[in-house]
Amino acid sequence: MKTSAKIYSGIVFAILFAPILVLLVFSFNDAKSLSVFSGFSLKWYRELLNDRNTLEAVRNTLVLAASATVISTIMGTAAAVGINKLRTKWSKAVMNTVTDIPMTNPDIITGISLMLMFVFVGRLFGAATSLSFWTMLIAHVTFCLPYVILQILPKLRQMDKSLPEAAMDLGCTPVGAFFKVELPEILPGIITGAIMAFTLSLDDFVISYFTSGNGFETLPIRIYGMTKKTVTPKMYALATIIFFVTLGLLMISNLVDEKDEAK
Amino acid sequence: MKKWISLSLIAIMLAGLCLTGCGGKKGLTLNVYNWGEYISDGSEGSFDTVREFEKWYQETYGQKVSVNYSTFASNEDMYSKISSGAVSYDVIIPSDYMIARMAAEGLLLPLNFDNIPNYQYIEDTFKGLYYDPNDQYSIPYTYGVVGVIYDANVVDEADIGGWDLMWNEKYAGKILQFNNSRDAFGTAMYKLGIDVNTTDKASWDKAYDELLAQRPLVKSYVMDEIYNMMESGEAAIGAYYAGDYFTMVDAQSENVDLQFYYPENTNFYVDAMCIPSCAQNKELAEIFINYMLSEDAAIANAEYTYYASPNSIVYTNDGYIEEMGEDVMAVLYPELGSFAEAYNKMAYRNLDSETLSYLNTLWENVKIN
Repeated sequence: MKTSAKIYSGIVFAILFAPILVLLVFSFNDAKSLSVFSGFSLKWYRELLNDRNTLEAVRNTLVLAASATVISTIMGTAAAVGINKLRTKWSKAVMNTVTDIPMTNPDIITGISLMLMFVFVGRLFGAATSLSFWTMLIAHVTFCLPYVILQILPKLRQMDKSLPEAAMDLGCTPVGAFFKVELPEILPGIITGAIMAFTLSLDDFVISYFTSGNGFETLPIRIYGMTKKTVTPKMYALATIIFFVTLGLLMISNLVDEKDEAK
Repeated sequence: MKKWISLSLIAIMLAGLCLTGCGGKKGLTLNVYNWGEYISDGSEGSFDTVREFEKWYQETYGQKVSVNYSTFASNEDMYSKISSGAVSYDVIIPSDYMIARMAAEGLLLPLNFDNIPNYQYIEDTFKGLYYDPNDQYSIPYTYGVVGVIYDANVVDEADIGGWDLMWNEKYAGKILQFNNSRDAFGTAMYKLGIDVNTTDKASWDKAYDELLAQRPLVKSYVMDEIYNMMESGEAAIGAYYAGDYFTMVDAQSENVDLQFYYPENTNFYVDAMCIPSCAQNKELAEIFINYMLSEDAAIANAEYTYYASPNSIVYTNDGYIEEMGEDVMAVLYPELGSFAEAYNKMAYRNLDSETLSYLNTLWENVKIN
């Protein structure tokens, strides 16, 4: 039984990581091929550093993800606190359903409907172009928001309701009680929500594709544009770097969690 | 620990927000929309067309211009973006059939050739192409001709020539066919000598029978997968564009020797520079197009993309010919006599919707049977 369990998890890990391994190995390939490995070289990493458009796309992606994360985390926290304070079950259910819509809706429908709305509003105001960085930001906040709320609500439910009440009893203003007592309690939820929002925004393609405007190109859109000819190994190099950065972030966040639990 | 992390996260995000705020651009902006990997972009030490244009413009006109360069993956993607009316691009580079469609729908602006003196380098043989018969809307950027690629280590030299090779039973299981209806039917129709733009259903049926006959010999129906399958020697015969053939040769395995030839009748494509009706700075767009036709930029782009250039400044340039090599030149620039004549006779055109849906039904049957 034990060996079969090992084999099983071995297969699972192999399937999970083999594609990344292939990518990693071929990012160091001297030639342009995906079938022949002709020698170790850092050529594609150098190429990547010289590719102004790709680096610009990376920058755009990061800026967009960071902005969307900040906004959706703040909005999401406020929304979660508000939903948690709703008195009746019925109104809670309604609010939850409404905020979940962007999450359950297929991306392509969210993307198209957002685009149509932006175009419609743009025409209303007589603008020649209605899509820009800002429309993309609105779109990203829209689909990140439910995930943030979903991370924070359980923390709020777990929290002892008498804690903020006690704080206010002892002379805290409601705002003070929120920042001093509630916020530290739900902070782990907020951080997880922010990380989720960041990663979701980072790799979104479908919605970005429909709402992107002139010249503001994110990385997924740029890579998609390369598929007419073959994707160059530069992209393997980039993907390898992104993979290790994400891996590092994940490890840090897991280590922090472990420490918190140990306390 | 956690506080520290969240604080630094917030700091990073605020810095990110600041970056967008400070990124406001002054001066002129030119929005260019092109295929991915379709312009010399400074990689591997090549000429950085967009940056050089910005520099050149500042020197010549004393004004700053910044180029927003975006890419698309297919004509249809580009069309849906432009026709949605939500974006504004100044220069686009679609393919022939899409230019015909966009011109018919009023999505293109006629060019002012006073601003594009370098148009003189485009010779008459590239004028009067069917998609823009009066040469009002477009200036060709690249062209390519479909040919047959084969692995000389597998295929007998005696068997090559014509489309028959793709129907040769000797190589059953080694043949690749296009995985899209137009191109796949095209190979059969060129083989049979049928007009690829016919509306006669009986002719399409003939091509359909031909594809059915070929089916047992076909290894798979592919598009981009053809690169890896040919490079690795998995397949030995397939049809594709000449420029892409060199990409494959660059990456072929040691035991593969890819060769190329043109059958008598075959498909052409032309990608051309146009200005869409949503352009906001038409004159600047024309200056950019003119720059793309100038010596440095045109040669660099032709060397980078590896597609044939219709610009006489390029294909008569000694440096370019030397860089490409004679063999490559012979493949990229086949002797056609009059390009326009051959192109207008053989290239695919937009089919009417009835023929198109008939074609698609037939194609589904090919794939199901």
